[in-house]
Amino acid sequence: MSAPPQVGPAKAPVGTLYRGRAGMWAWVMHRITGFLIFLFLLVHVLDTAMVRVSPETYNAAISTYANWVMGFVEAGLVVAIVLHAANGLRIVAVGFWSKGTKFQHQLLLAGVALAVVLVLPFLVVHMSHIFGSDPESDPTPPITITSSPIPGGN
Amino acid sequence: MTAIADPKAPRTRSNGPGRRATRTNAEAAAWMFMRVSGITLVVLLAVHLTSNLIVPEQGVRSLDFAFVAGKWSSFGWQLWDLAILWLAMIHGGNGLRTIINDYAHNNVVRLWCKVLVAVAFGAVVLLGTLVIFTFDPCPAINGVVRPGSPSFCFAH
Repeated sequence: MSAPPQVGPAKAPVGTLYRGRAGMWAWVMHRITGFLIFLFLLVHVLDTAMVRVSPETYNAAISTYANWVMGFVEAGLVVAIVLHAANGLRIVAVGFWSKGTKFQHQLLLAGVALAVVLVLPFLVVHMSHIFGSDPESDPTPPITITSSPIPGGN
Repeated sequence: MTAIADPKAPRTRSNGPGRRATRTNAEAAAWMFMRVSGITLVVLLAVHLTSNLIVPEQGVRSLDFAFVAGKWSSFGWQLWDLAILWLAMIHGGNGLRTIINDYAHNNVVRLWCKVLVAVAFGAVVLLGTLVIFTFDPCPAINGVVRPGSPSFCFAH
């Protein structure tokens, strides 16, 4: 094996840190979003399990998602899922499509474009839910349903 | 030729060149599972997020017991959410296994990280499956349907 021909002026060694291009950052993003989505999934199964306790307990649990802080967390979750899904489809295309490796960078750009097109309208709708006025539940926050003294009373 | 092979001799490859003597390849199956489950989850979650965060009038603020009970009174939605639970947990659990293998270099740390993931996996999949299939959309105490149940529970 011989070293590849030197192109351009010699540069000083910059250490052993691998610095890839967009594909490396897609790989980093895929790991981080995958980890975060998994953590949310654990929490989400636990909060949904409250339906097995009582309607009041579940409503108290799910009403925390109506809070504006959790509104941003939820928005971040959806962004993470869309990015993870778009890059996952690119990984599938690179692996199974005969021209996948040739167009992997275009696939990455298409994935980012698809994610933006899906996420922006969602954020508009979601934020209007979180910050919009709700004539039904605004005067009395949903959590007050837990104060119902008689089970079964209407 | 000696009767006993040289202990330092290279390993003979009885299964042909470049093949290990194992009959299955779990890592290849896991690789394929990640792709198949990933594509399936894109469809499952697109519907899940749309029906829960966009279709209800107030989005995530509309979600309450009656909403979940209305969905899970249909077997189709139970199956849908069960598929998400199982596929996402296996997909995510295997993803975490990959990350742990990459970054946990110490044998003991790596083992315990995997044990932690396995325990969380088992507990959450079991809990979620039981909740979906033992769920009562019209919970009642002494025959009286509890408040917060969907409206169809009160129609007699």
